[in-house]
This record gives sequence, structure tokens and C-alpha cells, in this order.
Amino acid sequence: MMPGKWLDIGPTTQIEPGMAATLPVEGGEEIAVFHTVNGRFYALVNSCPHRQGPLSQGIVHGDSVTCPLHNWRISLSTGAALGGDSGCTPTIPLKIDGGRLFLLREAVVAPRGAAGPRAA
Amino acid sequence: MNAQTRMEDTVSAREKLVVIGNGMAGCRAVEEVLERDGDRYDITIFGAEPRVNYNRIMLSPVLAGEKTFDEIVINSAEWYAENDIELVSGDPVSHIDRAAKTVLSQSGRVEPYDKLLIATGSDPFIIPIPGNDLAGVITFRDLDDVDKMLAAAEKGGDAVVIGGGLLGLEAAHGLSLRGMKVTVVHLMPTLMERQLDEAAGYLLRQELEKRGQTILTGANTKVIHGIEGHVAGIELEDGTRVKADIVVMAAGIKPATGLAKSAGLECERGIVVDDHMVTSDPDILAVGECVQHRGACYGLVAPLWEMCRSLADHLTDAPTGYAGSVTSTKLKVSGIDLFSAGDFSGGDDCEDIVMRDAARGVYKRVVLKENKLIGAVLYGDTADGNWYFDLLKKEEDISDIREGLIFGQAFASGGALADPNAAVAALSDDAEICGCNGVSKGKVVQCINDGAHSLDAVRSQCKASASCGSCTGLVESLLSLTLGGELESGPASMCKCTSFTHDDVRRLIVEKQLKEMPQVMQELHWTTPDGCSACRPALNYYLLCAWPGEYEDDQKSRFVNERLHANIQKDGTYSVVPRMWGGVTSPKELRAIADVVEKYDARMVKVTGGQRLDIFGIRKEDLPAVWADLNAAGMVSGHAYGKSLRTVKTCVGSEWCRFGTQDSTGLGIKIEQMTWGSWMPHKFKIAVSGCPRNCAEATIKDFGVVCVDSGYELHVGGNGGIKVRATDLLCKVETEEEAMEHCAAFIQLYREDAHYLERTAPWLERKGLDWIKAQMFDDPERVGRLARRFHYSQQFMQDDPWARRAAGERADLHRHLATVRPMETEYA
Repeated sequence: MMPGKWLDIGPTTQIEPGMAATLPVEGGEEIAVFHTVNGRFYALVNSCPHRQGPLSQGIVHGDSVTCPLHNWRISLSTGAALGGDSGCTPTIPLKIDGGRLFLLREAVVAPRGAAGPRAA
Repeated sequence: MNAQTRMEDTVSAREKLVVIGNGMAGCRAVEEVLERDGDRYDITIFGAEPRVNYNRIMLSPVLAGEKTFDEIVINSAEWYAENDIELVSGDPVSHIDRAAKTVLSQSGRVEPYDKLLIATGSDPFIIPIPGNDLAGVITFRDLDDVDKMLAAAEKGGDAVVIGGGLLGLEAAHGLSLRGMKVTVVHLMPTLMERQLDEAAGYLLRQELEKRGQTILTGANTKVIHGIEGHVAGIELEDGTRVKADIVVMAAGIKPATGLAKSAGLECERGIVVDDHMVTSDPDILAVGECVQHRGACYGLVAPLWEMCRSLADHLTDAPTGYAGSVTSTKLKVSGIDLFSAGDFSGGDDCEDIVMRDAARGVYKRVVLKENKLIGAVLYGDTADGNWYFDLLKKEEDISDIREGLIFGQAFASGGALADPNAAVAALSDDAEICGCNGVSKGKVVQCINDGAHSLDAVRSQCKASASCGSCTGLVESLLSLTLGGELESGPASMCKCTSFTHDDVRRLIVEKQLKEMPQVMQELHWTTPDGCSACRPALNYYLLCAWPGEYEDDQKSRFVNERLHANIQKDGTYSVVPRMWGGVTSPKELRAIADVVEKYDARMVKVTGGQRLDIFGIRKEDLPAVWADLNAAGMVSGHAYGKSLRTVKTCVGSEWCRFGTQDSTGLGIKIEQMTWGSWMPHKFKIAVSGCPRNCAEATIKDFGVVCVDSGYELHVGGNGGIKVRATDLLCKVETEEEAMEHCAAFIQLYREDAHYLERTAPWLERKGLDWIKAQMFDDPERVGRLARRFHYSQQFMQDDPWARRAAGERADLHRHLATVRPMETEYA
């Protein structure tokens, strides 16, 4: 069977609003899937552009997350560092269909730097 | 006879339009077609319900007793007759034969068509749980459903509404007005989460609860229980049971695509249509809630009107095209004003403007992107809803009115008044600024002119904005208008989300009995919808401190270490520190620690500065198992990760040491047993030294005891760290009991007064040792009262978080969603 373009990672209800969950990728970088209190979902490589802190463990507020290691604030939609900092974490295209979360398969398995669309 | 013949002639000359669905979409489409060309089509409408077309969105007022059925009829029998439309009601279409271009009805009637319009709407989503087919489980979709609910309500009793969205809440409101005791069960954490943000959802919930409804959020219905085939109650996933005489299923709708699917038309979530509402068959069109247009399905009425216009344009050969709809929502519950439109989920390229007016129960939020309004949520005052919606749909550039935008149309369009300062300047001298204390503009200005040059000074001298604080902005405007550049800046606000200081927030939480975070944000006019990473943990602590046993700790406002009860390290693994009471351990504990180190492959185990052992390199998914092993050896969390009591360091004291004056080890253990588990503004360290040689370094701790022959010296406000500060002597006491009571009292004073993330050293320097002594000793009862409050709070705090996690609580925080193996086709 041909793998689909989108990878099903389960129901939206498994992540509480305001929290994130992790998705390790064998041979690749772990992914963090965020659910904001306003009901949006985002997927990013689970690594802060600063010192690779696990963003999934940060406090989520609005559409950004504060890294637990050194309080960098990262945009969940673009992966870019906000405020005075600069750097960018790769984002993974995510869609919701029928109450389930899907990640763009090629962005999940691609090595870092070759992942999906990204902001400057 | 003549008339009959003429009519048949006309009929045969006309194209045949068959409409499946006698609802709002089907009939509106027909109306639009007739308006453009009344003679073109010979029209037959099939309806499943045995009645004329009525306004389905007005069923809620019918249920609530605010309207009758006759009042919500849109197309009366006369309309069908006047327009020569044949209505086949109570006889739904069961099959479409595309080759023959006919439809077959349930009763066996065959009707040919040239053009076929599917307007089958949507079906209620019935959640797939046991008991969903019991008598008394009712959906909320048509008049029959309303009649069933009304019949049930006549007998009174309990109603459960599953679904806290628009439809569910309207059903709940109606049933509640009809005298039933209503419980709303909603899967998501906030009501109407698709239309409202968390802040507005909270206000709505408060209002509904005030009206006597019970609202259960984050509640997943597991089963509907029945007695003799009839509903008796529901049971939630967590075991909660709720009694019910009826259960209203309002968990959502799904496009009714069955007929289209079996006819082989392209369907995804809905029937796929192009911009002219044409399906994959050029002679079949579809409109309303059953369609999917450019990937979107709509469950609201406004898009339907727009779809019907494009559809009619196409059917009368003047195609225009539908480009999708921007939708807005109003809740039809009397007395609750609520409006939402567009995209208000935010994003960092968006900007929020938030205005809250606690006194009036108002929350307004508009979302801007590139100088355009893209979303709005209004609660309590929806007067400007349509204006915002208009700005949103027209994508107007709002840069010129941005300043006054949140105050509404009257204000923003008022020219000079668009500058908030100008608006305040325009107020008359007797205009009331502070409603709580009845202070007029003239009085505030006079007070400023008399020398009150800061917000605090104004508050203390004329009381303006000293109570609820909602007029703080006005007072600040008056300060800057009156003084120009001479405004003195007062203490810094808590964070960028509020103009209140930490002290204000702490005081108001207690004064106004604020017990939940969204309530604090509303009452204190937070300018962001959900706070930030600075204020959320602070508010969580303030609430926890003010309302022990009542406030439920908010995990998403906790820094990771406090959420996972371990210390995050630079590689993303965690370190684990079990409590060692007074720094004393045993072979059993040491063995258990050694076993954990080997079993979980911990890369390092190290003695800490606080006299215990730190196990490094544990992965988050292994934490519960590690804790289970440590618990089994009798060890609990050391809270080495928390803004909380850390350790009580001791020396060996009189039991072993030749200089020891008292049992410092024993006292240290007793103090640790009294204080462990308490959350604080910042970390808190204690030490007990057995003699003035002070081997336990008690004079650089937050609370230090130095034992002397005649008793115990109590020292406070020390710390190591970047700026070392030695303690100040608080007092000397004679007995262990007194030492412990003073320790509890000092901790409670610190817990109740300090700012979040302020350790005792800077707190003491800010307040002064004299102030602290005065607080504790001016009134001889005070130490006892503070200590009692501490002990009361400790009843709820002294609960080993490791044991709960090891038993499976919040397992979601520790496990991965799944593991992706790129070579496989699906996740494992």
C-alpha cells in the first residue's frame, strides 16, 4: 500500500488546549504538536533555535511558546524566535480532518533543513 | 378546460426544477430563482417534514416559549400556491437516477427533472456510545424534536444536554426556562470553543451557572444509562453520573450527503460544489449545509443566502460565482449578549486589542492583521458587532481609527475623540471618573494639581481607581493631560498584560474573591486574551495561596519543572531528587537510589548543596516509573524543582557533636515534615545549625535556626546565589515548638505578601526588617494566626505529587503521542 501524503497522528482530543505533545521520529528529529487555548494546532521540530531546548515543555500563550531553558519566545506558526532574538525552528505542515491530526509526511521524514514551508 | 390546457402548454415549455429539501436553503434558492425569472422553471419541492418551510434557526425561541411556530414560518402554503410550486411534504426523496434524470420518493413517486437541486441540510451528529438509541434521547434539529422536548419538559425533571456549542446552549436555555434542571456536558474545556476564546467562554459559563444550569466541561460521555428502554442518566469517562429524564444530543452536525453519495456524486465531508453550486454532475446543484465549497462546510445561516444568490444567477444564465463566506455568530439566549466573527484564534502576525469592563461584565477583543480587522469576539456589549463585521468583510484599512477601534463605532468615528486622551479632556469637570468611590474628573485634576503626581499618589489621596481599578486608564490620561511630561512612574506593572502591580493583583484577588484565572483576567482588565508566560505562573501561585483547597492548580500555567516534578537539563532529560528529611538517609533509601540509577541508566548521581542526592539523565517518559520505585522505598518528591520549600539542611547537633547545644538534626527533620510541599513565591531553603559555629550555613538561608544553649536564634532573609546575603536576626525563642511556630508564621507572611519570583532576601530589603517584625510581633496573636493559616494550607499541599503520577495521573504529560518510523506507512 502506498503511504498517503498525510500522516495520521491520532485524534485532536489527545492534546489538552494550552499543552503540547511529542512525537519522536526514528532517524529524525522529534516533533512537538501544540494545541493553543484558542483551539489552534501547530507542529514544529521540538527544538529551540537557541540551545535546542524542548519547546514542547514550554508555557504556551497566544500563538507562541516560551522555551523552558532560557525563555526564548518562539512563534508557533512560523517557528521564528520573537522579541529581540533571532533564529528559526522548522515547522511541519499540519491539517485537521474529521477530528484527527495529520502531518505532511515528507516534512516529517525529511532531514532538518529540507522540511516544509518556513518563514524567513 | 381552456385554462387547464394553457397551463399544461406552459408547463411543457418550461424546464423542470426539482428541489430535494423544503428547508431554508431549498426555499431560499427557489425564491432567488423566481425573483430573477419567474417563468423559466416548473418547480417541485420535496420535503421530509410534513409542513411548510420555517425558520429553523428560530427553533430555539420556540423551545424557550418566546415564539410560536406560526411566527417562524417563512413560506406559507399560499406562497407555494401563488408561485405555482408543487410541495411534496412528508415524503422524502429516496433515490436519484442520474441516467434517467428522475428522482424517486419514499412513497414511490417518480419525478423527472432537467435541473436537480439538493438541499438536504445536515444531520445531527449522534455520538457513538451505548444507550444513544434509548427513548428520551432527543436531537435538536426540527420542530418534531422541539415538540418532544416540550412534552418532556411538561413533566419537569432533569435534562442533560450533550454539547456546549451554540445549539446545545440554546437547547439548555430553553429547557431551563421550561422548568427542567439542566446539565450541559461539553467535551472541550471551554464552552462554544469554535466561536469564543477562553476569556469569553468563561464569562458565558459564569452567567449560565448563575442561572442555575450545571456546566461540566472537559467531560466525555461514556454511556447513556436506561431503565426499561428509557433514558435514566449518563455516565462520564471519569465515572461521574448525572441523572436525566431526557438527553439532548447537540454535539454537532454533519452534512447530509447520503442521497448524493449513493447517486455517485463527488462527496468529501459535504457534497462537493463549484463556485456556482454545481456538483460533479452539471445538471445537479446543491446548496446549504450539505455542501462543501472550497473545502469549507458551513453550519450557519448567512453563507446560505450568499450561496443561493450565486446558484440562482447560474440557473438563470447570469453566472456570478460564490467565493465563500465570512461568518459571524450570535447566541440566541435572552439576556446574554455574545457575538463572534472571523478569525480570532490569533497568531503572532496578528495583534489583539482587548478591552474589559468588569463592572459591566464586558469583554471585547478585536484581532488585527496588516491594519485590517480579521476577527472579533464580544461579550456583554455587542452593539458594535455589526460594525466590526462590516469592517471585517470589507477588509477596510483601519489604521486611522485604530486607537479608538475597541471603543466602538461612535467613539472611533468621532474624529477628535479617537485619541483617548482627547476623549478624557473633553469630559466635563463633574463627569464621574471612579464609580466605586464617586470621584469626579474635577476632583482628580485638583488632586493632581495639589501634588499627586503618580497613579499611586492619586489613589491614596482621592481614592480614584483605588478600588476595582477599572478607571486606571482614565486616571492615567488625566495625569498625563494635567502634568504633561511630569508624570512620575509608579511601581512597575506585573507584566505587559496588565497595568496592575503585583501588590494590586494580590490584594484584589482577595478583596474581590477572585478564584479562577480567567476571572482575574476579566475583573482586572487583562489586555491579552490568555496572559503570558510571566503572568500565568504568577497568577496560578497567587490563587493557590489565596484559596487553598478551593483553587485547582493549572498545569498549563506551570513551568515545566513544576509540571513534571523534576528538573529539566540542557539536553532535555530530567534530574530527580528524592526528599531526604534533614539530610538523613538510610541503607534502604541508598539502595533504592542505586537501583534506580542503574535501572534507568542515569548518567550521573550527585550530592547536592542541600544534603541529598540528585539523579541525572532521566527521560520524561521514565519519570513515573522512577518515582514508583523511589516511593516503594518510602521516598517522596524533594521539590528540588519548585518555587517551594526545598530542603532543610542540618548539622548533627547535640546527638553526636561535642559542641552541639540542641538536637539540630531532629528539629530540622520536624521542620521539614511541617513545611514540605508548600508552594511559595520562589524557592525557599531552611537550615538548622546546632551551635553558633553554624556548620549548616543557616545564616544564608531564607529561614535559619542557630541553636544556642539558651534556645534558638531565628534568622531570616538570607541566600547564596549571585548576590550573597546574610540573614537578619528576627528573634530568639526558647523552645522547639516556638521555633517551629515562628518558622510557619514567617513562611506564611512571605507567601502572602511577596511578589512571585521574589526571594526572601530582596523581599526583606524592599519591605524592611522593621516592617516584617511589626507584621509578626505588633499584635501578639499574629504569629499564631499566620501559623494557623500556613497549617491550613498545608493540609492540601502535603500530597506527594510523585505518588499520584506513579499511579497514572496525567500520564499524557509523560508519554509520546506515537513514534514515527519513516519506512512504515503509518505511525506505530
